[in-house]
Order: sequence, then C-alpha cells, then structure tokens
Amino acid sequence: MCLAVPGRVLDIEERDGTRMANVDFGGVVKEVCLEYLPDLQVGEYAIVHVGFALQRLDEESALKTLELFAELGMLQEEFGDAWEMAAAEKAGVADGDGVEEVHQP
Amino acid sequence: MKYIDEFQNPELARRLLDDIHATVTRPWALMEVCGGQTHSIIRHGIDQLLPEQVELIHGPGCPVCVTPLEVIDKALEIASRPEVIFCSFGDMLRVPGTGRDLFQVRGEGGDVRVVYSPLDALKIARQNPDREVVFFGIGFETTAPPNAMTVHQARSQGIRNFSMLVSHVRVPPAIEAIMASPDCRVQGFLAAGHVCSVMGTREYPELAERFRVPIVVTGFEPLDILEGVRRTVRQLERGEHTVDNAYARAVRPEGNPAARAMLEDVFEVTDRAWRGIGVIPASGWRLSAKYRDHDAEHRFSVDGIRTVEPAECRSGEVLQGLLKPHECEAFGTLCTPRTPLGATMVSSEGACAAYYLYRRLELPTTVAAVAGREVTPVV
Repeated sequence: MCLAVPGRVLDIEERDGTRMANVDFGGVVKEVCLEYLPDLQVGEYAIVHVGFALQRLDEESALKTLELFAELGMLQEEFGDAWEMAAAEKAGVADGDGVEEVHQP
Repeated sequence: MKYIDEFQNPELARRLLDDIHATVTRPWALMEVCGGQTHSIIRHGIDQLLPEQVELIHGPGCPVCVTPLEVIDKALEIASRPEVIFCSFGDMLRVPGTGRDLFQVRGEGGDVRVVYSPLDALKIARQNPDREVVFFGIGFETTAPPNAMTVHQARSQGIRNFSMLVSHVRVPPAIEAIMASPDCRVQGFLAAGHVCSVMGTREYPELAERFRVPIVVTGFEPLDILEGVRRTVRQLERGEHTVDNAYARAVRPEGNPAARAMLEDVFEVTDRAWRGIGVIPASGWRLSAKYRDHDAEHRFSVDGIRTVEPAECRSGEVLQGLLKPHECEAFGTLCTPRTPLGATMVSSEGACAAYYLYRRLELPTTVAAVAGREVTPVV
C-alpha cells in the first residue's frame, strides 16, 4: 500500500468537479485523481499512489519500475483481490512454499 | 541466493558494486527506511552482494507495521458497529488487533470493504447516505495527501456520513528518534524515494547536519539501491554528511507543493505512538480542528480505548534496526504469515515477511540455532 506505482494516462475528464484520469498500470486500469498534478497529459507517466498521481516519471523509468513491482508481487498486492489473499494466508496457503505463488502469480 | 545476472542491467550493477568494494575501507551500517526497499534488497540478495563491511539495517518504513495496536483496536470496534461501512486498504485486513483482525470482524457480520483509493470510500458514502462510512487512514507522507484530499472533498461537498480514522506518521521524526537512541548503530540513511516525491528533501539537511549523518534519497529498483549505497558509502569514507538525491527522476527538491499545501490545511502535527516502538514526538498527523466533524475517533467515541502492547512480539526492535527478523526466537516457528505475532510478519512490506518470503529457506540452521530448537527445513 505504501508503494506508489507508475502508470500511463489513457484519458482525462472532469468528474464531480475533480480532474480524473483512467490510468494503465501494466494492464490494470484504475481511476486516478490528478488534482496534485493538474497539468499531467494523456500519454504521460506518473507515480500513482492509492488513486492519486503524485509525480511525473519518464517512460523508461516507469516501465522498469512496473516490471520490478510485478516481479516482487507488488502489483498483485495493490490490485489483486485482498479478501482472497487474506483468506489464502489465513488458510495456510501462504505458510508453505505456495507463498511465492500467492504473491507472484 | 540471488545472482547479479538477474539484475536488469547486470553490467551496470557490477560496476556499481565494484565501485562500492573499491571505496570501502572500514565497516559502515546504513539504514534503508522504506519497506519496499527492504523487500527489493532481500529479494535480490543485495545485502549479500555488498562488501562485508557494509551492513544494511532495515528501518521502520512500513505503515501497516507501525500502526499502533490501539488504533487497530479502535478500527475493530468501529467496524463492528451495524450502522458502519468500514473501508480499508487490503493490507490492513490481517493485521492483528487484540484477539482478532478486520478479516474476522467481517466474518462476524461487520460490513468491511476493501478500497483501492480513499476516494472510493467517499463514493460509497455518497451512495449510502443512511449509513456511516469510515475510512481507515494510515500511512506515511505518500498516503497522507490522498487522504487529506478525500476529507477536504467530503467537507466541501457536504458529505456528512463520511469520517476517517486517522493514524498518519512522518519519516523525519522517526529518523531523529533512531539517531537519538543510545543503541543506535546507523551511520547513513537511504531515504524513502516516494515519501520524498511528495515532501521533497527540505526536511533532511537539518537532520544530516545535527547527527552528522549522510541522507541519500533512494528508489526501489536494485540499481537504485546500489546507487544509494554507493553514494552513502562515498560520503562516509570522505567524512561528509550531506543530503543527496539518487532518485532525481521521481524526486524534486520541493516535492509536490500542491500535496504539501493540502496536508497543511487538513492535518496538524501531533505526537504519535508507533507499534512496538512507543510515542515519537511530533511524528504524526491528526485532522485539524476545521475537519473535526470528519474525525471517526470523536464521532464513535473510541478515543478512550487504551491498549497495552504485548511483549512477546519483538517487531519494535526489528523496526528500529536493533534486531534482524531471523534473530527473533519466534521467527518461522511461533510467528508465521498464518499465525503472525505482529504486523511486520503480516504486511506485504514488513521486514519479517520479506525474510520469511525470500530468505527462510536459506536460514534453517540459523533459525534453529537462535530458537534453541530443531526446525525442519521446508525443502
């Protein structure tokens, strides 16, 4: 949750008086608030944390970081089904070798 | 054990490592502040590739881990109420409070929902005007601005059934507390990159000067971490102690001014307890008086809940860099992700979880020796 993940802005629109965007995180698309980076444009990359764009990032760095986070299982943590993951941990799936599969599908 | 050829750019990694090896003449202890960095270090075996003289100490930079037991208990109490829809980030579900966690509260009938963004919780409040929607607002300087904006929007849009249980923490006072401890061994800091994306670097020069400690802003990729270590070691060997930015592509000195301005409007600095560590002065934020109507602690009268943390979990020592996870007697035996004693084993960014995930299979003999009992290797 603490990690911010780079994503690419797909489109931008005003919703409820707030500048919002659809942002692509290596295949997962989420709604993101642009109020803290109001001049971010379609096609640009930004570091996004819990639905807010916080800082611009160049494409090369963004793609490298996305790849790393995918490898670390962080994208699954951020965008996967939290109830399923919690249930798996509780059931002990995460207590054996399976833990790598839980975090890194 | 990971090998350097697994790095994205093995040749550059080798050059950075060679430079670090060539620079080091005596032992240095560096602390990486961010839990994400800890995972990257352990996953890629960076600590094992560095010269023996360079020790990486894991810091308190996991927000889930440092949220006090008392706050978890308040969350559980609020989430159990029938009128409440309790919204949280997913990684809080299995953090143990006293006797149970949010996962269990949901099993007992509590309406606990996982959201990706605090704005999702505000949307739920809009859609459910007859319910009380409470968002669990934890996290460092990266998470606080989104939460601040959400409370600001709730107030400006007149959404009265939305409140936030706030337990935000700030990095600089934690660095100060670590350096001021008589047990402190830390000689240099790898500062958390994304915290600095928001806050910039202006809080650090005073700390670097006062404690004569280099602070190098560092990213998360293996090469970022090697570069952060290289710059920190270089300063230490030269007797320097300045603030340096090794993550310039994501961190500007001024941070994000709009986010900082919102933080100042919505929150005020307060003393805050850190789980396993205790109270650190001025280390947290709470809602400022203007936003008190949206403060869940007052709305649900849970500000009187007091919880004493049990001594069995040594995560406080792990968070302060005084103990490595596998040196704890309970690691991998009494304490596992299935039966966590503390949040450092539960959280995806916790140091104990990192060791359990990536290092456990390499350490059966060490763990057995420390625990004073036989541990059956898993493979």
